[in-house]
Amino acid sequence: MSTEARAETFTAADWGGGVLPYRVGHRKLGMWLFIVSDSLTFSALLMGYAYLRASNNWPTPFPFYPSIVFSTVMTFCLLSSSLTMVFGVSASSRGDKAGARKWILATIFFGVSFIVLHLIEWNHLISEGLRPFFLPEHWVKVFTTPDGIPPTPLFGATFFTITGLHMFHVASGAVYLGVIAARVKKLKHEDVEISGLYWHFVDLVWMFVFPLIYILSVDVGGHLAK
Amino acid sequence: MSAHADEHFAGSNKLFISIWIWLLVLTGIEVFLAYKPIPIHFMLTILMGLSIIKAALIIAYFMHLKFERLSLVLTVVPMLVTCICLLFVFFPDSFRSAGLRYKFKEQPPVQTETPEP
Repeated sequence: MSTEARAETFTAADWGGGVLPYRVGHRKLGMWLFIVSDSLTFSALLMGYAYLRASNNWPTPFPFYPSIVFSTVMTFCLLSSSLTMVFGVSASSRGDKAGARKWILATIFFGVSFIVLHLIEWNHLISEGLRPFFLPEHWVKVFTTPDGIPPTPLFGATFFTITGLHMFHVASGAVYLGVIAARVKKLKHEDVEISGLYWHFVDLVWMFVFPLIYILSVDVGGHLAK
Repeated sequence: MSAHADEHFAGSNKLFISIWIWLLVLTGIEVFLAYKPIPIHFMLTILMGLSIIKAALIIAYFMHLKFERLSLVLTVVPMLVTCICLLFVFFPDSFRSAGLRYKFKEQPPVQTETPEP
């Protein structure tokens, strides 16, 4: 750190270049660049979803229970996990390694709850008959327009791809945080902070997936229940 | 490893809890709006607006970007926003392909007149 402190003296201004133009370590800068590229992956997927949705007869099948209740509770889990992660990073910055580990374990707990709830929600849809390239037969009947246009089976493809990729990010994040929690005594504060950046990013992606995939596909009239 | 004054994680727990409550309230508004009879393009605009506010709160406070150097913010944020906006270049094409896909539903196929071979 003392080298970095000396490097500060070479950095005249924000755009003066020098050794540390961003005043963050190279690993933290690397995580920020990874987050930028991963944001573009999700943006492209959501853009593809928007394109398909606007050019097709799109079914809106999600009932209040289980889909919306589950996804709202899942959102609560992720937001709370972000809060516990912030507490963990804050404890780590004070040098309180035991506290940091405790908060990171709480974060993993919320992350795993998210995955379990999401798998239950997936299971509801799969047992109804939703597949990546097929809709359940009663959905097709209900959502076919008066002039005979059937709903597109791409609903399942976009749903499972986007939520599946997000779930994969949550799962790998939980493993990442597990490693950080196990080795927190040996790691620097910056390493804990970097794992926090990744975790908040996973939360942030869900803030777009939840309204676009769930809220905009609510079965408002209860057509499927009839 | 001594304590580093400039590494101290800015922001109090009270601040983070209030951000968390704001995020929950905005999520609640989204779920509430889901059951209101709003035309889809207004709904999309409102939901995206709320999501961008939520994302900004997470990035600024939880991801700590508000407390980083301006040069990092200006390196990461504008290029990401520009790239995402560029993705919208493709979007109007979806209306064209919807027209291609469904036009024949209005006019039945003409080949019913052709004799069977």
